[in-house]
Amino acid sequence: MTIATRIDAPVGIHGPRRGAWHVAEYRLRNMWKWRSAIISFGIGHPVLYLASIGLGVGLLVDTSSGGVDGVPYLVFLGPALLATAALQGGGDETMFPTLAGFLWNKLFYSMRATSLTGAQIADGVLLAAGFRVLFTTLTYWLVLAIFGAVSWSTAPSLVALGLLAGLAWGAVMLAATSFVKHEDGFLSLVGRLIVMPMFLFSGTFYPLDALPLAIRWVGWISPLWHATELGRWLSYGLALPWWQLAISVIYLLALAVGGLLIGRRQFERRLTS
Amino acid sequence: MWLGERVIHARALTKTYGDFTAVAGIDFDVQPGESFGILGPNGAGKSTTMRMLGATLQRSSGDLRILDHDPVSDGPLIRAHLGVVPQEDNLDTELTVAENIYTYGRYFGLKRGYLRGRVDDLLAFAQLEDKRDAKVDDLSGGMKRRLTIARGLVNEPTILLLDEPTTGLDPQARHVLWDRLFRLKETGVTLVITTHHMDEAEQLCDRLVVMDRARIVAEGSPADLIRRYSTREVVEVRFGSDRNAEVATQLEGIGERREVLADRILVYTDTGEADLEHIVGRGFMPVTSLVRRSSLEDVFLHLTGRSLADE
Repeated sequence: MTIATRIDAPVGIHGPRRGAWHVAEYRLRNMWKWRSAIISFGIGHPVLYLASIGLGVGLLVDTSSGGVDGVPYLVFLGPALLATAALQGGGDETMFPTLAGFLWNKLFYSMRATSLTGAQIADGVLLAAGFRVLFTTLTYWLVLAIFGAVSWSTAPSLVALGLLAGLAWGAVMLAATSFVKHEDGFLSLVGRLIVMPMFLFSGTFYPLDALPLAIRWVGWISPLWHATELGRWLSYGLALPWWQLAISVIYLLALAVGGLLIGRRQFERRLTS
Repeated sequence: MWLGERVIHARALTKTYGDFTAVAGIDFDVQPGESFGILGPNGAGKSTTMRMLGATLQRSSGDLRILDHDPVSDGPLIRAHLGVVPQEDNLDTELTVAENIYTYGRYFGLKRGYLRGRVDDLLAFAQLEDKRDAKVDDLSGGMKRRLTIARGLVNEPTILLLDEPTTGLDPQARHVLWDRLFRLKETGVTLVITTHHMDEAEQLCDRLVVMDRARIVAEGSPADLIRRYSTREVVEVRFGSDRNAEVATQLEGIGERREVLADRILVYTDTGEADLEHIVGRGFMPVTSLVRRSSLEDVFLHLTGRSLADE
């Protein structure tokens, strides 16, 4: 064997571009081990919500006031539930791997000992979360279509919206979690103070206008509300001014890009200090 | 800059954290194919040095070239040619033994076809063939260590960095590991090893530096360091912990010098047996006595005034 005292040709080693895919490949392999949980949750969640709230509450709403926004309650609720599932999938698949990578099994540190960079690891985690969101959104959409909550032609637009919303929230959680030094309380903080209020006050179950002005701002800053509004516009043509559509799209894009940039920088910092 | 016959080149290498200096301007070179040791107590700066060598921790000042590249600008390129065995096994407990090596290879972007053969070879090297499909948690400490080493070899590294490779292993597991590392060295891989076990440094290292309090205090081969900083032999005598210090004052003139530890007196000499007779001749009957060859432990004691074992 010849001994190299300098690097001549890094044979078989990827350049800076491919690293994220190798991290994503690992994450997907890991998700595959949880496939039965992911699949049953992916189907169970929409079925339970649609059957209980969509049909149950929907019956009350439809008979007493003839639906919401001029459509049956199930149609009103459908896009909101799809957006919720997309956000949740995106958030879970960045938050838990990031906590694990930095704190639980410190896997990011062993990844960082290879030719990967911190930014590639961050990219890879989000990329894999994107695949998970795509799967979740497709499943959700399919169940919604079977229940008659969305029309069959909305598949491409609603799935694309789900992907955008999931990536936006995934990137936010990627960035936030990358700063967590001790896990104590972080998960319950996120769950109780952020995710739960977001779910309740984003116009998911009733239009945001139904809330007093004093708490309507929760909806305005919530990516879930923006995704939900866009979903309703795509699904049954909810009347929205063009500027609100633009703000919602830009807001979600900004969260995705901003979250990823902050996450990348913090991953890199944390793995080199 | 062309380094010639050096795979690592460090000059005035320094790492500080605020007011704290973890590594205070150290100089050393590592030659290709060499087995280079960094010996020192816990907290001496060994692991910090290792992380800078692994291109995962940026230096505060000084010069560092690894494989003729600067880790600040070429970290990924350098790491592509390094194997890293960290102090704590950070294996993926959700994967099997074979999957750990395979996945790690994929992080480097190594091709699937190449990795299938490579995983088999490395499992054989690590003597883990029959554990191939076992979960990591079911392995013994020695097996985990061997798997971590095998994983670190997946990219055919030019330099393998081992941080305290046998700490926490039982004697038998240590010997198995040393044997594997010898074989690796025979294939031409450069080894850089940190340890606070002097026997490990003596076993494995062609050349080593002794670090203490962030600085290098000596450099040379184990035999060289012993020759320079110690005598050929050491007489160890124990008189009971309450009497050692008192007896030591009365051993003036015996051996070249003496060190009093909590539990024993060390007499440095080239003529151990004769000096032990002198001690007994002066009327001191030790509870136990031993004449042995000098070791790196003695070198360390001499250089720092502290025992490695005390740390």
